[in-house]
Amino acid sequence: MRRAQDGDSAAYQVLLRACLPVIAGSARRQGVPREQVDDVVQDVLLTVHRVRHTYDPGRPFLPWLRAIAQRRAVDALRRRGRQHGREVHDPIAFEAHADPARSAGQALESVEHARRLRLAIAALPDGQREAVERLGLREQSLDEAAADTGRSKGALKVNLHRALKALRGKLGGEPGSDV
Amino acid sequence: MSEIMDHEGLIRSLAADLRPVRRLLPPWLRALCWIGVVAALGAALASIANLGALWQRLAAVPDMWLAVLASCLTTVLAAIAAFQISLPDRRAVWALLPAPALLLWIGASGLGCLRNWTVPSTHEADARSCLVFIVGVSLPLSALLLAMLRRACPLRPNRTAILGGLAAASASATLLNLFHPYDAAATDLAVHALAVLIVILGNRAIGARVFGT
Repeated sequence: MRRAQDGDSAAYQVLLRACLPVIAGSARRQGVPREQVDDVVQDVLLTVHRVRHTYDPGRPFLPWLRAIAQRRAVDALRRRGRQHGREVHDPIAFEAHADPARSAGQALESVEHARRLRLAIAALPDGQREAVERLGLREQSLDEAAADTGRSKGALKVNLHRALKALRGKLGGEPGSDV
Repeated sequence: MSEIMDHEGLIRSLAADLRPVRRLLPPWLRALCWIGVVAALGAALASIANLGALWQRLAAVPDMWLAVLASCLTTVLAAIAAFQISLPDRRAVWALLPAPALLLWIGASGLGCLRNWTVPSTHEADARSCLVFIVGVSLPLSALLLAMLRRACPLRPNRTAILGGLAAASASATLLNLFHPYDAAATDLAVHALAVLIVILGNRAIGARVFGT
């Protein structure tokens, strides 16, 4: 460690590799679960790197390393405890949770409803169909529709009103009808 | 196997990042540096204080010496304990180092309070100025101490910060003796205790962020 403090990279690598079993053993003794030991080992390696200037070469190295390993193991156990306190593992509740998106049945129903609406519009008299298509579906203004069709604005309004009444008569009883 | 590779990769990257580091001075020496700053501040404040009045007060109330001595000792021992405990391989029992001096300080102040219960109670303005003095002087002392302790990246941030707070607060309370008009009135003691508590809790709150291990 003294050589690592002086910047000897090769000695540092040898030292850190030799530290791995010591750190893992220390973490296990603290009660860190097997699947978390590697996280603690990496955390300790990072901490050793950050605080390497605090090591006093006049003192033994292992107590210094073990103190860091124990501290990081305790931190990991605390994090785990907090996580368990806040999060619940309940796969059945997860599976049973309703999906806020539309279900496949709803999507089919919507397609069917649109098909019936298109058929009902197609069955309207020409003037009424034209009024619905331009004012309702294409969202043209009365002026634009009057200019395109050559009909008066009043006639277009009347046709739209009659068309909506007729569509309500055909589809109005159906749930989810937009008419 | 993949974890071993992960460790190996991390070790290589840490080694690649390796730079020579300057080792920390021994904790007692670093504590001495901070105590030196406190002593310099004390000398500066003494130059504007009425030392004759202080001497008369101490001569009139001998057990006040004990309280002053105990608060000085608390400062020194709390500072040493803070620097010791900030290092990873020092035992947690170092935190108890200032406890005897702290008990003596509390005991001597409390004893003086009981013996001199007829001493006039402090006026509200005096109490406020005591509080402001202790907290105000503690601020720069705490800031310096936390900055020095931060160099060690303490792995026990809360205990280190609390000991640092105790050192700064007891130093300020000791320096307050240079200007304090009375000794050991009950309200004094309560205000001093409150100020010390504010400083310690403030250090703990700030220390946890400053050290951020």
